[in-house]
Amino acid sequence: MSNLIGRLLALLTVWRLSRRSDSEPSAQEQPDISPLEDPSKREVPNSRKAELVVAILVTVGAASGFAFTAVYILNSHANQLLGVTMGGAFVALAAAAIVAGLHVVPQETSVEERDSLLEEGEPEEIVEMVESGGEGVSRRVLLTGAAGVAGIGLTTTVGSAIASLGPRMRNIHKVPWSRGVPIVNEQGKIFHASEIQVGSFYTGLPAGHFWEDLGAPLLLVRLPRHYIHLPPTRPLAKWAPHGIMAYSKICTHAGCAISLYRYPVYAPTSVGSPAFTCPCHYSTFLPGYGGTVLFGPAGRPLPQLPVTINPNGHLVAGGHFDEDVGPAWFDVRVPKNFNRNG
Amino acid sequence: MRSLLARWRRPSRLPRKPRLLLAVALGLGASIMWLLTPAAPAKRLDRVHQPAAVARITQGPFAPGPGSATVPTVSSPALIALGRTLFDQRCASCHGLHLQGRKGVAPSLIGVGAGPVHFYLSTGRMPLANYHAEPLRESPAFDPRRIRALVAYVRHAGGGPASPTAHPARGSLALGFQVFDSHCAGCHQIVARGGMTVGALVPNLQQATPQQIAEAVRMGPYLMPRFDSRDINQHALDSLARYILWTRHPSNRGGWGIYNIGPIPEGLVTFFMGLMALVIVARLIGERTE
Amino acid sequence: MSLVGRSLDRRAKRFVAWNEERIGAARGIKWAMRYVFPDHWSFLLGEVALYSFIVLVITGIFLALFYIPSDHMVTYHGSYAPLQGFRMSEAYQSVVHISLEVPAGLLFRQTHHWAADIFNASILLHLTRVLFTGAYRKPRDLNWMIGLTMLTLGILEGFAGYSLVDDLLSGMGLVIAYAVSMSIPLIGGQLSILLWKGAYPGASVFFPRLEILHVFLIPALLAVLITLHLGMIMRQHHSQFPGRGRRERNVVGTPMWPAYALRSVGLLLAVAGVEFLLGGLIQINPIWQWGPYHVYLSENGAQPDWYIGWLIGALRLMPNFEPRIDGFTIFPNPFWGGAAFPGFVFAVMYLWPWAQRKLTHDYRPHHLLHRPRDRPVHSAIAAAFLSWVLIVFMVGATDRVFFRLDISYQDEIRFWRGGVWLFPIIVFLVTLWVCRWLQRHDPHPLRGWDGQVVEPVQISDPLQDREQQAAGTHAPPAGG
Repeated sequence: MSNLIGRLLALLTVWRLSRRSDSEPSAQEQPDISPLEDPSKREVPNSRKAELVVAILVTVGAASGFAFTAVYILNSHANQLLGVTMGGAFVALAAAAIVAGLHVVPQETSVEERDSLLEEGEPEEIVEMVESGGEGVSRRVLLTGAAGVAGIGLTTTVGSAIASLGPRMRNIHKVPWSRGVPIVNEQGKIFHASEIQVGSFYTGLPAGHFWEDLGAPLLLVRLPRHYIHLPPTRPLAKWAPHGIMAYSKICTHAGCAISLYRYPVYAPTSVGSPAFTCPCHYSTFLPGYGGTVLFGPAGRPLPQLPVTINPNGHLVAGGHFDEDVGPAWFDVRVPKNFNRNG
Repeated sequence: MRSLLARWRRPSRLPRKPRLLLAVALGLGASIMWLLTPAAPAKRLDRVHQPAAVARITQGPFAPGPGSATVPTVSSPALIALGRTLFDQRCASCHGLHLQGRKGVAPSLIGVGAGPVHFYLSTGRMPLANYHAEPLRESPAFDPRRIRALVAYVRHAGGGPASPTAHPARGSLALGFQVFDSHCAGCHQIVARGGMTVGALVPNLQQATPQQIAEAVRMGPYLMPRFDSRDINQHALDSLARYILWTRHPSNRGGWGIYNIGPIPEGLVTFFMGLMALVIVARLIGERTE
Repeated sequence: MSLVGRSLDRRAKRFVAWNEERIGAARGIKWAMRYVFPDHWSFLLGEVALYSFIVLVITGIFLALFYIPSDHMVTYHGSYAPLQGFRMSEAYQSVVHISLEVPAGLLFRQTHHWAADIFNASILLHLTRVLFTGAYRKPRDLNWMIGLTMLTLGILEGFAGYSLVDDLLSGMGLVIAYAVSMSIPLIGGQLSILLWKGAYPGASVFFPRLEILHVFLIPALLAVLITLHLGMIMRQHHSQFPGRGRRERNVVGTPMWPAYALRSVGLLLAVAGVEFLLGGLIQINPIWQWGPYHVYLSENGAQPDWYIGWLIGALRLMPNFEPRIDGFTIFPNPFWGGAAFPGFVFAVMYLWPWAQRKLTHDYRPHHLLHRPRDRPVHSAIAAAFLSWVLIVFMVGATDRVFFRLDISYQDEIRFWRGGVWLFPIIVFLVTLWVCRWLQRHDPHPLRGWDGQVVEPVQISDPLQDREQQAAGTHAPPAGG
């Protein structure tokens, strides 16, 4: 299908280009006209043929319109037929109107003089008229000043109303995670530590909390020891028990869900380390390095959540994120020992 | 009407510039539309892979793991011998004469089983000319019998599980869409048209057979993550395969699907079809013969 | 005249008289019927936008009757098999219902979407025409700004419509919009909380608010601005290219009645026709294939509609620069691509007429247009500026280039981080050279699209100066 269309377009292009040579405009035409000449004229085409064409086109348009109704009654879900009949009706009528406009009705070129927009003396007149409204007012300056003060007063009212929203905006995004919140999958089933396999990734959600908040979704991965290089502030027992790590699934750039995970089957011949990538603007984060940014526009690392494996082997949150989740804003909390590029 | 047409035909009246512009615009539009089509080499594969043949192989009572479908390995001594010859000729230079691999070049194949071997060979990703390049789908270098031979040899010599497979007919389309949406769409695009991740291309899946789908899910080829049966169980895998096969002909009720990849082709149609048609209409209306 | 004709005639007169007794619009009607439209195809691009707006309003009313602006979660049990049992918002469910179950609903939805794409595209083309021919100059500078405002509103309106559906793509778009609004220095947090009434995904009033914005506020504003735009054009009359009998103080062209009216109606019908044909034959935004949105879902290759494409390009092109001072993130990264870049582009466009006046010291009103080649430097600057925006726009599709041509995405992005500054310079020089070459090698003076010679090459316009002195009087042609 696409191939056929491509070929047709290419053919049409070639045909158009090949016709170029015989379309050389006659170079002999001389600039024989003056801007001061009067170009007015009026022609009455009186073309019976064009009238016939218009009549036929109008009939086609009407028929196409009726066809739409027929299609609608017979099968109102035949989108293509509906579109062709409706669009066809409009196109036929458009052609009729255009042919009529070009070849049936009188063709006229006429000249209209512009009147000037700015007439001499008028601005003064208007200003005088406005000022005449203040006739007899003696304290004009005082009143104007008072009006100005009132304006400022109103502005500050509005301004302070906005300011009442709060000078600092910490913790905008609700984070349901705290010590002990079970991590479940999209079916609501709690994750067992043994389910988290090296080379795979999982979406974790907070049991018993709202899942549509930016703070809710997690990415769960397990990495072999040689890939894990967490910053010293994150002891492995708390942040990566058995190599299992949890990160916010929401990109710190523009808030999309991070749903790309690459894990090399054989690292020496492909890209080195496992990484998360956000599909919106391709920010890439390294789970082995505490979520630092490898590539792309994200300005801060992916927030990491400490995880705990409880006695029966289930995964629960081991605490809080150490920075704000989601896109950045003025007051966003960045991680301690912040280092943009790892 | 005739004079309208005539004006388009008459050479002296026909302006050169707009025609040239039109040609350039059409050419540009066509070439950009081409950019959006799925990659070409993948198409050739349809002829090589007969779904019927796959179905024939997958029939048979063989169930090694609880509830997971596998392809029975056909392994006569003759087949294994053929496999060994082929392996020594075409694979051993990287993977080693004893499947042990070569450091920094290719991984060991000991214990990988039938799945990865069948996946890489049947999708033409192996043998790989340049081992630093991303293996991409091509016409397979071996015919199905030779692939069977190689699979049998690697499994015979290195051990490992049989090839996993999926039975689309047993799956549910809705479950398949759900699994694809949460596990696969991030890389493969929601209608399985493929895409990219930083550092690798992500293939479109319109040529994938159920067996290849199952193998890829369980193994995670190249940079793809793998998903075991506790995450995607056999029923989910069957459903996934059903959804992916369905994306070959998704429900394009609105008309021509323009590759089902969303707004980029839509924008091109807007400019190179919609707006261009209207500009041509405007040209017909706006020009006047004096 | 036949008997029927005479009777019709009599009735028409009675009808007009009935009207006149009540409205008394005879003078206005006569004036409008004789109103002259200069003939050039490029003057019709704005009309394409106007007529698309009409198609948008009509198809939009149809859709609004079925749409439910609600984030209430429901389980799908409609006619579409792959979505069975999906959790989704009522908003998304209602649009799937419009698409797959309402009779002719899909035709109207797709036509609405195509019309929106064409609406913004025709505005852009119209803007480019006005820019390169100098039609924005006084007295039309005010109207230029109204036009730019309409383009801004058109982009916002399109984005709001795209977001209302709450499918996977619109959710991904909305959260990016949220991130951009959050990223505005100082007030971003407050502003976003205000707009969404809480942190993303916002309170349940968000979708009703967005719907009011999309179906009422912005369309009403657009209607007012369109009226102003057209009213101002009628007051000033159209600008025109120089040519036979065409001067600063007149307009030469086809009067409204009958030829122009018929052609314009033809264009209206053609716009509707093309849009309905596209709506019927080419699928746009098949939301049932995208699935519903949840904050934890996304897909590869997600793109916005074309008129937002320049922003996704800018967001992807921007290095991860996010300056912080004393624990405050002064400019969160999405600010650069999502707010600063479009803000700068629109600021330049708004100030263009003023800058042009300052730089050329030309403060006169202009009703005659120039060809792009007649002002090489002006055209070169405009082309360079637009190419800068165009490159950023194209960068939004670099992932597709990687997919199809296997050119590494990172390499492309690194290349364009430099190229976006280098290429406009090349475009500037090439445009300058082409304009000058055309001027030199142009054996014919201004040639209309029909090959007709219309004016000798005339960079400076002595006639215009003379006209300034002798306004409206027919001076004898001296060397014209």
